[in-house]
Amino acid sequence: MVENRRILGIMSHLVLILGVIMVALPIWITFVASTHDAVRMTQAPIPMLPGTHFFENFKQTLFGAGLSGSEGAPVWRMLLNSMAMALMIAFGKIAISLLSAFAIVYFKFPFRMGFFWMIFITLMLPVEVRILPTFEVVANLGMLNSYWGLSIPLIASATATFMLRQVFLTIPDEMLESARIDGAGPLRFFWDILIPLSRTNIAALFVILFIYGWNQYLWPLLITTDTDMTTIVMSIKQMLEAAEQSPQWNIIMMTALLAMIPPVFVVVGMQRLFVQGLTETDK
Amino acid sequence: MASISLKDLVKTYGDVEVLHHVEGEIQDGELIVIVGPSGCGKSTLLRMVAGLETVTSGEISIGDKVVNKLEPADRDIAMVFQNYALYPHMSVRENMAYGLKIRKISKDEIDRRVKEAAEILEIGAYLDRKPRQLSGGQRQRVAMGRAIVRNPQVFLFDEPLSNLDAKLRVQMRLEIRKLQQRLGVTSIYVTHDQVEAMTLGDRLMVLNGGYVEQFGTPIELYDRPATVFVAGFIGSPSMNFLPATAQDGTVALGNGAVLAGGAQASGQITLGVRPEHLVQDDAGAIRIIVQMVEQLGANTLVHGVLEDSETEFVASVPGHVTAEAGTLMSFSAAAEDLHVFDVTSGKRIEA
Repeated sequence: MVENRRILGIMSHLVLILGVIMVALPIWITFVASTHDAVRMTQAPIPMLPGTHFFENFKQTLFGAGLSGSEGAPVWRMLLNSMAMALMIAFGKIAISLLSAFAIVYFKFPFRMGFFWMIFITLMLPVEVRILPTFEVVANLGMLNSYWGLSIPLIASATATFMLRQVFLTIPDEMLESARIDGAGPLRFFWDILIPLSRTNIAALFVILFIYGWNQYLWPLLITTDTDMTTIVMSIKQMLEAAEQSPQWNIIMMTALLAMIPPVFVVVGMQRLFVQGLTETDK
Repeated sequence: MASISLKDLVKTYGDVEVLHHVEGEIQDGELIVIVGPSGCGKSTLLRMVAGLETVTSGEISIGDKVVNKLEPADRDIAMVFQNYALYPHMSVRENMAYGLKIRKISKDEIDRRVKEAAEILEIGAYLDRKPRQLSGGQRQRVAMGRAIVRNPQVFLFDEPLSNLDAKLRVQMRLEIRKLQQRLGVTSIYVTHDQVEAMTLGDRLMVLNGGYVEQFGTPIELYDRPATVFVAGFIGSPSMNFLPATAQDGTVALGNGAVLAGGAQASGQITLGVRPEHLVQDDAGAIRIIVQMVEQLGANTLVHGVLEDSETEFVASVPGHVTAEAGTLMSFSAAAEDLHVFDVTSGKRIEA
């Protein structure tokens, strides 16, 4: 596939540049919109160059009441809620999946594969499908409007269990045998050998699951009624329809911008481990 | 230090019996090599001693203690695996210290033992490296170091040299032997390589299809193989086998040639004679038609078929003897170099 023709080079660059523009343009518009005042954003044509109200908007969005005239929580509170939810989901999923994959791969018990397939089959039951019964359960447990209610129903994860099972299966049996001869019990083996060996895979999972948690929309919308528990993703939608006024695009876009930052940090910060975890085969 | 005794060991997987009533006594400080073709159950037997496989029936004792039900860690053994099984995320030092750390041995003692083992194996310079930064031979040493620091009663080796190149294998083989003699630890060593087995073992246990064919010193196995299988397995190139008839202290080959030997046997037998015991002799009774000649320098291997038969035959003659394909060569063999085996059971019939 190493063709070194000039036309081909130019063409592929054109395609790539086009792709970058398609991805980056909305983000640019978001950024531009967050730097103008509310009035400018209602006039056509919409501005394509940054304005001068960035810090003003930033302050009002993050620490003020957000939209003027509404009673929503300040955005820092929403960021905090989203962060708590995403972290609880990511860590919870990883912890539970690690344990279930460990049990399925390394222990012999009756109906082992049965349990594995039962876990696997929940892939067909994402939260949207089971939303009413799940809501009922969470409501009866009194977990509405709490971080527990936001995160626990989303924690069980077939995907992560399955992925970790595959990772554990690639670890040679001799590791276990050698650890047994060294005198390591099951938990010791789990902590000292298994977790360090799947470190990069866990990191990759963390990135995926954090973003999954961060982007939750429907579930938080359903179980939080208290404005103090609003997450940032659902708030963006709510701002659009806020109390009979034309949308304040500058504030909404600033919120969207802020909502993007934590996932970006997680992805960029863990990029090296993430790539290693998805591609590494050497055990 | 301890002796090991295997009593009537049986291992089954489901309905399939893979080891049949294995018996063996291993003396304190001995190095026993379990050898056999792949799938003969040798690794299974070793892993049963290690405690990694359960014992279906029978008894394994280390020292005077029956260990059937003990966890591997409680058997006071150390094992070297074929692929080394070093923990990739730990440094060499941590790898060696891990078992001791779990046993809650004091830090000073661990340091002392790791240092000592590293000195013996000359791996002191790599103690802070990770296994993946080491070559195959160095990893092999670390795996041995991990066994040594434990100061166990028994070493178990599961084909530890099969991942190394030929030259290194010979070198490590010598080192393992020296080390084992120096430490005097009872050892069981599994391999499929008969040369490795012959050079390393105080005694060899030859396994075939889950049965112990013979258990004895290397020279016993070479001089007086108990079965056709052992006779063919030990020695290179392998022994020639010919159908023959024995009568009154002589053996008649299929093509009518008569040799002296096989005193106790009569009737149909399998005659075995090693290529290196054949002497070129124009009056010899064993006449073969040469098909191919391999000159190895020190000696020459003559491949051919026995005259008036289809039986393939190999003779090892001195290095400068030459022969052309299609010509006839004659050999004789001393009566004591003829091995006589029962046709049906394959068992040796003593001369």
